[in-house]
Amino acid sequence: MRDNLVEIRGLHFAYGNRPILKGIDLTARRGQVIAIMGSSGCGKTTLLRLIGGSVRPTQGSVEVDGQSLTGLDQDGLYRLRRRMGMLFQFGALFTDMSVFDNVAFQLREHTNLPEPMIRDLVLMKLNAVGLRGAHGLMPAELSGGMARRVALARAIALDPMLIMYDEPFAGLDPISLGVTGNLIRRLTDTLGLTSIVVTHDVQESLKMVDYVYFISDGVVEARGTAAEIKSSGLPFVHQFVHGEEDGPVPFHYPAEPYGVDLGLNHA
Amino acid sequence: MLDGVRKLGQHSIDGVWRLGVAMRLFALTLLHSGICLRRPQLVMREIFTAGVLSLIIIVVSGLFVGMVLGLQGYETLQKYGSESALGSLVALSLVRELGPVLAALLFASRAGSAITAEIGLMKATEQIAAMEMMAVDPIARVVAPRFWGALISMPLLAAMFSAMGIMGGYLVGVVLIGVDEGSFWSQMQAAVDFRQDILNGVIKSGVFGVAVTGIALFEGYDAPPTAEGVSRATTRTVVTSSLAILALDFVLTAFMFRGA
Repeated sequence: MRDNLVEIRGLHFAYGNRPILKGIDLTARRGQVIAIMGSSGCGKTTLLRLIGGSVRPTQGSVEVDGQSLTGLDQDGLYRLRRRMGMLFQFGALFTDMSVFDNVAFQLREHTNLPEPMIRDLVLMKLNAVGLRGAHGLMPAELSGGMARRVALARAIALDPMLIMYDEPFAGLDPISLGVTGNLIRRLTDTLGLTSIVVTHDVQESLKMVDYVYFISDGVVEARGTAAEIKSSGLPFVHQFVHGEEDGPVPFHYPAEPYGVDLGLNHA
Repeated sequence: MLDGVRKLGQHSIDGVWRLGVAMRLFALTLLHSGICLRRPQLVMREIFTAGVLSLIIIVVSGLFVGMVLGLQGYETLQKYGSESALGSLVALSLVRELGPVLAALLFASRAGSAITAEIGLMKATEQIAAMEMMAVDPIARVVAPRFWGALISMPLLAAMFSAMGIMGGYLVGVVLIGVDEGSFWSQMQAAVDFRQDILNGVIKSGVFGVAVTGIALFEGYDAPPTAEGVSRATTRTVVTSSLAILALDFVLTAFMFRGA
């Protein structure tokens, strides 16, 4: 078995004429939690979509479990996706189904398991995220943090090899934040998964990740373990980790000189 | 001037492009319809939400339309002393035209808009993307059952509309005004032909069903995933499918009843 579950080489991607990713190299080793960080709109989520095969790279390769995504047809892609889970930013639970039916969704779609066994499996998955008691609720009755935990239970329903998290910490209160962070770590370790977390929550994610990739302007700006990132001297990483207002990422959107815009002096 | 021409060209290309995307979705829907036979409960659910839940508006509207037909028909017919033909007038106008057309218009605004809004919101909240990531094809799981559910409901609702309308006509014509009950029903029986009238009415409502659900599903699937995008798509569903129903009705009537 290969050591690396996900291997990305020289990845380029553009929406139309607008380049988003310009040559990314990234690997995720089995059993690790990898964080992809960077400012909003730098292409992190697009990177997840490329690993999931929802969009195709303009150049370069993406391999998951030794299988290249580029030449895969829809059947092959769907076969591979059954072994991947993805946690969307706000959970993306099916709003017309109960918590139980949401978690059971993939089991019912992809397996012929009898209903009593599905029930046991769903309750086990919900127990793993601490929400066994909430199986009868509808998604509208859940808080943001709970909805994301249900979505996590749904993502691990078929025991995937890889889980991708899109901004799992966005908009959570401090308690849910800690709970979610611990869950990602614990599930990765106990289920033998590999996790890729896209986030800009530096403090929470540095507590539990094994390796960090910093993306800025479509390239990997910095990489390293959590400790290496914390002590990094690179200006961009320093600004990001410490949340400084101005630095390599400017506070101001590019504009005419202030005086010219206000008509005080002429360019 | 040149700018205007350019805009016109852009609009036409956009229109043709959208038509192509719609046809592609339609073809994919038909291609992925096997799931509806394998798991009929998925279609059953949609028949309930699109069909059964539309029943109240169909029944009430049908009743009132029939009552108005009874009143107006009697007013005109009695001038010629042929009020006994009220039954055939009410039944023929409902079964041939008003039943399929009005039921389809009501269906477009009640169920069509709901389908567009639901699919648009599923897209906006990433439920469609989540389904794709779980290796479940949303066209098979979400679109196809809705298409067949709505398509099966449409002729049934139209029939319901016509039946209620005839009841309304009977109520006003016979019970209220006092047209002879025997001639009301017997004239109706004699005038309405099963193939020429009822079957053609069913065919009409089937065609309207394809148009309304096709438009509703496409608009929902194509809606930009924002609040504004979904609201615009919902409006477009009602406007486009209403126009499509009326235009198709003319074409179908021209083919079905010319010279008859």
